[in-house]
Amino acid sequence: MKETTEAGEATCVEIDSDRAIVAARQRGRAMAVQIGFTSGAATLIATAISELARNILQYAGKGEIVLQPLERSDAEGITIIARDHGPGIADIRQAMQDGYSTSGRLGLGLPGVRRLVDEFEVVSGNGSGTQVRAVKWRLR
Amino acid sequence: MDVPILKQGPYLIATVQSALTDADLLGLREAIVTGVGRHRSRGVIIDVTALDVMDSFATDTLCEMAHMTRLRGAKTVIVGIQPDVAYAMAHMGLTLEGTTAALDLEEGLLHLDRTLVSSRPR
Repeated sequence: MKETTEAGEATCVEIDSDRAIVAARQRGRAMAVQIGFTSGAATLIATAISELARNILQYAGKGEIVLQPLERSDAEGITIIARDHGPGIADIRQAMQDGYSTSGRLGLGLPGVRRLVDEFEVVSGNGSGTQVRAVKWRLR
Repeated sequence: MDVPILKQGPYLIATVQSALTDADLLGLREAIVTGVGRHRSRGVIIDVTALDVMDSFATDTLCEMAHMTRLRGAKTVIVGIQPDVAYAMAHMGLTLEGTTAALDLEEGLLHLDRTLVSSRPR
């Protein structure tokens, strides 16, 4: 495992409305471009943030997205943390399946986000809220 | 931010000007579905050139809009998906199932013209 360090100020965006979803993904895109990601990769990052922020709004009502620039010996990166104190995900394995949704929509949210990033983990339990951590790297 | 909708002959053309919130997207869907009835439109073009992100909500809403307008007798074409947005959609596995995409407004209008001509009774 290569050593990973934080490389700059974290940004926190409160997610409490659909406007905040747009604000969070725009902040994420700006940070990604500043880190040196291509505009294509920055769009992947913005799309991942949009999905994670909507999950917060839809299932928990409110929460936050934290964006943190990262560094390791061979790469720069960005961490996206999506945090809420909502009902949590009862069955994470089920939630990670394509087509699974409790909202009646297509259910590409979480599995879709996993395909957009390099590292992805969900910590959640019934009643204890949800934290999703996603990392995207840009090799030097 | 409301999306301006222009009537041009038998078509409605909606041009997205900036990033859209979920409420904006639902408002656009509503305006198009009612607009098709009010103007007796046969085709709809949604120009998403200025859209920064097409996530699962935007994709679902546009697909639903296309389905709803089809049930009211109009065909929808989505135009202007940018290369970066297409890249992210392909990565995520998002498709615009049941709708037609075209490169830009010009191609979209050509597509609708051809579709309408071929469906006209002889």
